[in-house]
Amino acid sequence: MARRERPLSPHLQVYRPQITSVLSITHRLTGVALAGGMLILTYWLTSATYGADAFAAAQAVIGSWVGQVVLWGLLFSLYYHLANGIRHLMWDAGSGFDLPSVRRTGILVVLFAVAMTASTIGCAYFVIGG
Amino acid sequence: MEMRSPLSRVRGLGAAHEGVAHWWAQRLTGIALVPLTLWFIWAMSGLLGADLAAMKAWVGTGQNAALLILLIVAGMHHAQLGLQVVIEDYVHAEGPKTVSLVLLKLGAVLLAVINIFAVLKLTFGS
Repeated sequence: MARRERPLSPHLQVYRPQITSVLSITHRLTGVALAGGMLILTYWLTSATYGADAFAAAQAVIGSWVGQVVLWGLLFSLYYHLANGIRHLMWDAGSGFDLPSVRRTGILVVLFAVAMTASTIGCAYFVIGG
Repeated sequence: MEMRSPLSRVRGLGAAHEGVAHWWAQRLTGIALVPLTLWFIWAMSGLLGADLAAMKAWVGTGQNAALLILLIVAGMHHAQLGLQVVIEDYVHAEGPKTVSLVLLKLGAVLLAVINIFAVLKLTFGS
C-alpha cells in the first residue's frame, strides 16, 4: 500500500493558551494522575491483606506530608475530572457547544473543583482534628 | 483533497481501527464513577489514619466491599480506556505503540484482579 502524505497538525507552541485548550489538557493530565491513584489504592488495599503492621506502615506512608500532598492533588484531580467529565457528557448530548457556554461551564468546572477540594480537605482535617 | 485511502473510507474506522465501542464504554464507566468516586471520597475521609481492625470492619460490611469492587472494575476499565487514547496519541511508532497497549491492557486486568482479591480476602479471610 502506498504511503500517502497525511496532514500534520501545527506545533502546539504556536498557539496562545486558551481556556478551552488548557482545560482540555488538564482533563487528560488529571485522568493520568487518577490512573496513578489506582496504584496507591492497590498499595493501600493489598497492604491490609499482609497484616496490621504492613497496613500501619502503608497508612504512615500515605499519611506522611508527601502522601498528604499527593492525596490533595488526587482529590483535586478527581473533582476536576468528574466535573469536566460531566461537561463532556453534556457536549455528547449535543448541548453547550457555543463559545460563551464553553467558557462559562469551563470556569464553573474550575471553581467547583477548587471549592470542593478545599472544603473536603477542610472537613477531613476537622474530623481527624489535625 | 481526500486524505483517506479508499480502503480506510470503506472501513469507516478512525486512527484507532475501531468503532464506537470504546467511546460508549468510556461514557458508561464515567457515569458509573460519578456516584462511586463521591462515595469513595466520603468513605476514605472516615478511614484517615485508621488501623487494620477499623479498616476491616469498614470493608466487612459487604455493602462497602461490593461498592469497592464496583469502583475498582469501573475505575480500572475507565483508566485503561483513557490511557489507551493517550498512548495512541503520543506513541507513533507501530511497534512501541502495540507493546505499550498490550502492557496497559494486561496490567489493568492484573491490577483489577489484585484489588478485587484483596477486597474479598479482607471481607472473608481470617
